[in-house]
Amino acid sequence: MTEWLNPLVLMANFVLVPGLVYGAQLALGALGITLVFGILRFSNFAHGDTMAFGTMITILMTWLLQSWGVSLGPLPTALLALPIGIFLTILFLLATDRLVYRHYRDVRAKPITFLMASIGIMFMMNGLIRFIIGPGEQIFLDGDRFLMKAREFKKLTGLDEGLGIRTSQVLTVVVAVVLVILLFWFLQRTKTGKAMRAYSDNETLARLSGIDPERVVKITWIIAAGLAAIAGVLYGLDKSFKPFTYFQLLLPMFAAAIVGGLGKPIGAIVGGFIIAFSEVMLTYAYKKVGRYLLPEEWQPDGLLQLLSTDYKFAISFVILVVVLLVRPTGIFKGKVV
Amino acid sequence: MKNVLIATAMVAAMTANAAAEDIKIGLILGFTGPIESLTPGMADGAELAWKEVSDSGLLLDGSKIVSVRADSTCIDAAAATTAAERLITSDKVVAIMGADCSGVTTAIANNAAVPNGVVMVSPSATSPALSTIDDKDHFFRTAPSDARQGEVLADVVMGKGIKEVAVTYTNNDYGKGLAESFASSYEKLGGEISISAAHEDGKADYSAEVAALDAAGGDALVVLGYLDQGGKGIIQGAIDAGSYEQFVLADGMIGQSLIDAIGEDLEGTIGTLPGSESDSARNFITYGQSAGVDVDGPFRPESYDAGALIALAMQAAGSTDRAAIQANMIDVANAPGVEIHAGQLDYGLFLLKNGVGINYVGATNVEFLPNGDIPGSYKELVVEGGKFETVTVR
Repeated sequence: MTEWLNPLVLMANFVLVPGLVYGAQLALGALGITLVFGILRFSNFAHGDTMAFGTMITILMTWLLQSWGVSLGPLPTALLALPIGIFLTILFLLATDRLVYRHYRDVRAKPITFLMASIGIMFMMNGLIRFIIGPGEQIFLDGDRFLMKAREFKKLTGLDEGLGIRTSQVLTVVVAVVLVILLFWFLQRTKTGKAMRAYSDNETLARLSGIDPERVVKITWIIAAGLAAIAGVLYGLDKSFKPFTYFQLLLPMFAAAIVGGLGKPIGAIVGGFIIAFSEVMLTYAYKKVGRYLLPEEWQPDGLLQLLSTDYKFAISFVILVVVLLVRPTGIFKGKVV
Repeated sequence: MKNVLIATAMVAAMTANAAAEDIKIGLILGFTGPIESLTPGMADGAELAWKEVSDSGLLLDGSKIVSVRADSTCIDAAAATTAAERLITSDKVVAIMGADCSGVTTAIANNAAVPNGVVMVSPSATSPALSTIDDKDHFFRTAPSDARQGEVLADVVMGKGIKEVAVTYTNNDYGKGLAESFASSYEKLGGEISISAAHEDGKADYSAEVAALDAAGGDALVVLGYLDQGGKGIIQGAIDAGSYEQFVLADGMIGQSLIDAIGEDLEGTIGTLPGSESDSARNFITYGQSAGVDVDGPFRPESYDAGALIALAMQAAGSTDRAAIQANMIDVANAPGVEIHAGQLDYGLFLLKNGVGINYVGATNVEFLPNGDIPGSYKELVVEGGKFETVTVR
């Protein structure tokens, strides 16, 4: 029995749990990108920095709450600060839409113009965030770090391998599931959601049926801002907050959105998990698993690692390129970039 | 007639060199990049020395030192070289204090400083490769080479009875050099290295790197990185995954912020750090406090010394000529001469002005080897009760 359980626990500890959590974080980020692409028809390069912006506000609020002595017990205080983070992110995105993107909509600019404008906003936010909170790493997790420590797990089960589960990991998965359910309910069942989908499918037809485009755009930004702030805070709680890493998240998030099919929310979720698990599984060293499963004489000398962990980013890039070449619409037949 | 006038004016301008002036010294450190949290303190250390020198009014008839800061980025050799070129050709600095990380330091030395005959004093580049670059005696450093640290660290690990370790190092010249010197010394002592894997700095998540280190196995995890970068992430990841309990750290990882971030799981961790518990080190910290500068941090004493040595060499040379500074670097740092400690730069300047030789001790007991390195002593540290405690000095 244990010869099967040990490698299973090992894989769960190093592949399943990290992959699941990272996948959920990517999926939430990719959802925002895909929604903006579906409605506004451009790739929003500022999305990574929008996540950083929401997280920054949340961190600042968390510090304020902590200085007042407020805490949530075992849960991170950041959850209390999050609504304000979301609110200010929404205001910020609506302001950029009002000041920048609306102008380009009015002049019916090409998608590439929007894209370049979003890069401009990205750089602006980049600077703004570094100006306010600095380029350094911020750790704002408090409360109980672990739900289950690897050492406790070993003691409890008597296995050789431990399984550590952190509060932030459970939080990430639970919040992601709830958000996705809410989002799909909103898109499928409410009138506004249906209007958004109609607008995404055929803009002209939607306008003719009396759907107010400005309202749809506004709601899209609000949802994207909410998703971005939540995804950013979850990522920051689970890993750490650093403006530069949020900017780097753009690549795997775009890869996730494109693999799933741009403009398709379900695609963003599936894509997020595909990217996350490819990154984790291709860079995992299977030597220890082999030690449990293979007979003595087959024991490998090497690490049984397909790719060095340095190539993590390259993996999402390769997937992105292959999908664009072979199936540009992605798994769920999204729009073509 | 006109020409004669112009020539006279030019000669006058040149001889004015000897009179009071503002002397520009370049200060090139990674103000952005992976050690951006360390560099402001380092810059303050060097500028503290220059302020002391300027305020004394004794440097070359009351000249003042002006610090010209530039960004080495720590990792981008091209950007660092451009910044150094700018310092040398456009700002016309007389010498350079810096750079910080070994990779960019090598690039600046080879491409900008040495070809232009400019002295460079690095407070923190510790790669063994820098001992052998063709620097025509222009490159100095106040931090010891990692060739020595690798040996000391291997000794410390063996002394604990740890026979097999996994090694992870930050993917740059510093990490690579240190990992190599550690590996060769450790294996010579009979130890076994299960894996020697590089990690990139500045990532948010190191679970994949930890997974590989875990798969390789070993009794302890040797982390040769930076405490506010990948090094910390790796340790946190290893503890989260329950894969290692004993950690071994090198100088880049030593700092209270690491213990504050990780907590009690770090108890029993061992490590090495250049420096000693000497009077000079303690004296420097008290001096820094009295001057209102926080100098109790990694590489700040070394930075102060680097800055001070440039100023003293200039005084010994009696000019701001680049070659003259270079010729006097070793003289002011080494015995014989009157010992000069941190906070006594005015006394050193005074002695030099009157033709008395000095032996600059400074904050870190500086003594240059012929190749511009310093031999350096190391503290063996252990984490006890939430603090790095010195076990012995090696």
